Amino acid sequence: MTCLEKNIILQMNHIMKIYSNGVVANEDVSIELEKGEIHALLGENGAGKSTLMKVLFGIESPDEGQIVLNGQETTIKSPQDAISKGIGMVHQHFMLVPSLTVAENIILGVEPKKKGVFIDMDKAVFAAEEIAKKYNFDIDVKEKVEEIPVGIKQKVEILKALYRGADILILDEPTAVLTPQETDELFVQLKKLKDNGHTIIFISHKLDEIKKICDRATIMRSGKSMGTYEVKDITTEDMSRLMVGRDVILTFEKEPAKPSKVLLKVRNLSVNNGQGVLKVDDLSFDLRGGEILGIAGVEGNGQTELIDSLTGLNKSYRGKIYIKDTDIEKSSIKGIRDLKLGHIPEDRMTSGCAGNLGILENLFSNQYNDPEYSGKMLLKTKRIQERSNELIKEYLVKCKSFRQNVGMLSGGNIQKVIVAREFSTSPDIIIANQPTRGVDVGAAEFIRRRLLEFRDAGCAVLLISADLNEVFSLSDRLAAMYKGKFAGMFTDVSAVTEEELGQYMLGLKHQEEQEGMIYE
Amino acid sequence: MNNAKRFDLLRMLFAILVALLISFVLIFFISEEPLTAIFTLITGPFRSKRNLGNVVESMIPLIFTGTGVCIMFSANQINLATDGGFHLGGLVAAFVVLKFGLPGGLSPIVALFLAATAGAMFCTIPALMKVKTSSPELVSSLMLNYISQWFCTFILMHFLQDPSVGSASHKLPENSALPVIVGGTNIHVGLIIALVVAVLGYVFLYKTKTGYELRLTGENEAFARYSGINIVKVILVSQMVGGIIAGLGGGVELLGPIYPRFSWMALLGYGWDAIIICTLAKKNPLYTPLAALFLAYLRTGASIMARYTDVTLEIVQITQGIIIMLVVAEQFLSGMKHRMIAKEARASLKEEEVA
Amino acid sequence: MLESLLSPEFFNAILRATTPILFAALASSVASKAGITNMALEGIMLFSALFGVIFSAMTGNFFTGLLLTMVIGGLIGWFLAFFVLNLKTDEILAAVAINLIATGGTVLLMLAVSGDRGSSTSIASFSAPRIVIPLIDKIPFLGEIISGQNLMTYLAILAVIIMHLFMYKTPLGLKIRAVGENKNAAESVGISSRKIQYIALILSGVLASMGGFFMSGGYMNMFTKDMSAGRGYIALAASAMGGNTPIGASLVSLLFGAAQALANMMQLTDIPHELIQMIPYLTTLIGLGVYSYSNMKRRQKLAGK
Repeated sequence: MTCLEKNIILQMNHIMKIYSNGVVANEDVSIELEKGEIHALLGENGAGKSTLMKVLFGIESPDEGQIVLNGQETTIKSPQDAISKGIGMVHQHFMLVPSLTVAENIILGVEPKKKGVFIDMDKAVFAAEEIAKKYNFDIDVKEKVEEIPVGIKQKVEILKALYRGADILILDEPTAVLTPQETDELFVQLKKLKDNGHTIIFISHKLDEIKKICDRATIMRSGKSMGTYEVKDITTEDMSRLMVGRDVILTFEKEPAKPSKVLLKVRNLSVNNGQGVLKVDDLSFDLRGGEILGIAGVEGNGQTELIDSLTGLNKSYRGKIYIKDTDIEKSSIKGIRDLKLGHIPEDRMTSGCAGNLGILENLFSNQYNDPEYSGKMLLKTKRIQERSNELIKEYLVKCKSFRQNVGMLSGGNIQKVIVAREFSTSPDIIIANQPTRGVDVGAAEFIRRRLLEFRDAGCAVLLISADLNEVFSLSDRLAAMYKGKFAGMFTDVSAVTEEELGQYMLGLKHQEEQEGMIYE
Repeated sequence: MNNAKRFDLLRMLFAILVALLISFVLIFFISEEPLTAIFTLITGPFRSKRNLGNVVESMIPLIFTGTGVCIMFSANQINLATDGGFHLGGLVAAFVVLKFGLPGGLSPIVALFLAATAGAMFCTIPALMKVKTSSPELVSSLMLNYISQWFCTFILMHFLQDPSVGSASHKLPENSALPVIVGGTNIHVGLIIALVVAVLGYVFLYKTKTGYELRLTGENEAFARYSGINIVKVILVSQMVGGIIAGLGGGVELLGPIYPRFSWMALLGYGWDAIIICTLAKKNPLYTPLAALFLAYLRTGASIMARYTDVTLEIVQITQGIIIMLVVAEQFLSGMKHRMIAKEARASLKEEEVA
Repeated sequence: MLESLLSPEFFNAILRATTPILFAALASSVASKAGITNMALEGIMLFSALFGVIFSAMTGNFFTGLLLTMVIGGLIGWFLAFFVLNLKTDEILAAVAINLIATGGTVLLMLAVSGDRGSSTSIASFSAPRIVIPLIDKIPFLGEIISGQNLMTYLAILAVIIMHLFMYKTPLGLKIRAVGENKNAAESVGISSRKIQYIALILSGVLASMGGFFMSGGYMNMFTKDMSAGRGYIALAASAMGGNTPIGASLVSLLFGAAQALANMMQLTDIPHELIQMIPYLTTLIGLGVYSYSNMKRRQKLAGK
């Protein structure tokens, strides 16, 4: 086949993007789209997929490389520019204005007018309904966006792009927040769009979905492209190997767990989020010393609210939480940490570190009160500096010195600083929330080994991870969290398959539920 | 010092230079004798020992409020009540030395102590409001400045006024004045107090546990909270310490040799000057004397210029405004910075490939 | 005392005192809706008060004076936008800088123009006229309040209506609200948030300049040093407490205007005038506390225990 026959609609050639903190997000990446295909962009978190798409959508400007659209070299200066060239993007975090209606969101930026000045709201509603009907989307366009469920919000996003005449549609992890039914519905609609001649870029790291719906896949790993493949010609095993750069099945040589006494006891925990929606629903479980309890689940099923309550960040929960028999309802965050609890937070940049402060300052935020590092008032600067050097060495943090600002380090090294801080207090309980997200393979391996070492030393570990590989290989018990409950709890991790766990996570299956079930 | 830090310093110097150049251009517009005016502005401070002394003397209030603001801004508490706190400190000091009738040695000490206390209480109001009602400290502190101004005028006019001179207090007693330490100038003991405060401010922020908590909270409140730091304490302590320093500064200024009576009717604006000091010192109290020296030099030069030429003192406020604008403008010369960082990243990328 | 509180003159005085705050509060609301705190209102009002005097004296009529002053206000808004949006200057520090420049710059300029550094008495400027509305002024009580106000007061009320329609019925208003609430969302549909914020800040500057113009050409008939006296800051609070909507901001402005009018009237009583001068600021401070507190409680309730 020649290039012409294939009908190439878009080429991105040799894209290079360096962020101003020195992180190289894309290194010589090339990708090619055929008209009317669904093209998967596959890779782990932090592999550079989002950056590449931001370049295509005009949010970031590449440091090197060229973009060829419909056979002509072009530069995309802004999202507006991208839209006018027929490129639409549905972001992972919805780009909707909550206080506006669906119709207002759809027409935002391309408002129909009356009398030359005012918005013609009737026309806007009509146009929105029209396009929804055309693509078979069942939506009430007069509702406010803050009042509609997630699945509908995503449809609004797609409609927004279509309303603006998008030929190429970028979908950034569209299924991450959807229920299985919603996902199926989405796939039907995507196929319809494809039949109508739209070209779709489907960003994901879910292999089964890619198998199901995509024609070709470009696989990325740590900022580089690992090649483009016909989906029907490549196995999921090969895809995952290209993605993570080794055989997926992680095996850790680990001793059988020796659970000791209960260190964390949760009873009838219910938590509402800031909008008053119930996120954790009457949950009860125990965590013992010497075991790792893994929690798998699609983002947004109550994991964040659970962790916030356990660590004292959220005080408005109902039910009881005991750490080593202490009811923590009245305990401050410091009080909870003083019970020897370490916490690797979900988002390292928002709550895990202060990017504008040095590594040293970031290593002691949880232990500067220790007599080892401070007197009554003053910090023992010399001792802190010595210890910083030790920790940097022990945790293999790649940096110039402990004075370097944490924000200047790579994601993996920032995570190592956080892990070093949380582990260096020799905690009895570790709450690890996505401990290896967006971290390079070496660092991830290192962090996982450490978690196992702590467990062997009698520490209780609660591991929350979106990385199934990780929860499978580390957990002694494994729970699938769905809508604020444990849909499934597996005491023998080796007896459960990835597919099975996935079904529990997605709410397709749930174990028989007894009122007030306690998972011991 | 790494490249990025060196670049920031150069950028700051360049910003100051640009601000001065703009001010000079302005002088050309408004003055009949611009060259004389600019020449006087630059060389005036060096013309006599007395002038040089004035430079050093006028550093004193700037170091105080600058250090206070450094501490509050380090904790990301945008409390602008330093102006009112300084004013109130002056009033309290005047009240004590006029009304308490304490013996010579004791009088200024008690006056300064109570001035600092008053400043602390005053600047803690926005903090309390933030903690109890979650009101933004920015707006409440702005209102408090005006309240302080009118309150002080009220006390002055009804309790301290010397009817024979109108809107000023009775003469402050000689025995409570802060002694001059360099003969032939106005440089007084307050300078030493100010320098000590700057050093203590540095020690507080960078060497104590509380200071560490303040800085952590200032850089990332969510991180500080997650780490177990008591945010309420940080909000209260940072603004209180800022207030102590502002109130003390007001007391020191009033008991210095410049003011024979308490006659402050309008706010003196040292709280706003403090923001430029803090900006130039990069929130580190240790550098406030240096920043204050620069501003004091500019001020003294401008007041000499105002005395001998047709350009008024207010030109300095414009210069100050432009300096703040340019120094805090992150993107000012940022293209150059980005190229530098990208170059470094590429170089280290190559290193990795070789290794 | 009570009698004078219920007199039409007092209500008249409230509207007069509200006018500058109202313009500034509208200015703050449009900036806030676009996601920017415009603390430079204070400096913009101060500059405009002086330029109003200068321009109306230069052109010999208040109307061109007003128009030129609005241009100045827009320019300062643009200047602020340039620093905040292009050079990424912290918006509060940029405002502090503009206010400093205004404090010094107005004195410098007044000195250059009038040779006086305290007030602009020597400049023969033109104020906006008082308008007597025929027929309405014949209605007892109400007519005395509604009619006979300064033209700028009527303009302020008109501005509230226009701003309400603008924010909620026009494409640009929709875009401003979208940018302020979710900048990324607006960007994702090709709205240049920078452009929208530029427009909002320029508009904010124009509105604030009308308030400044009224200060020296209506409320008083000359410019005096530092005459904005924190009204820009009060307006900031008023707008926030009114939920940054034009209607809400104007209602809270009315409250603060009443405090100012009360203070003005109490000047005639035996209470020391220094204490009376504190009333507008104290009212704002307390109002801010009460508003923030109830807001906080509402949020906590939502998170619900």
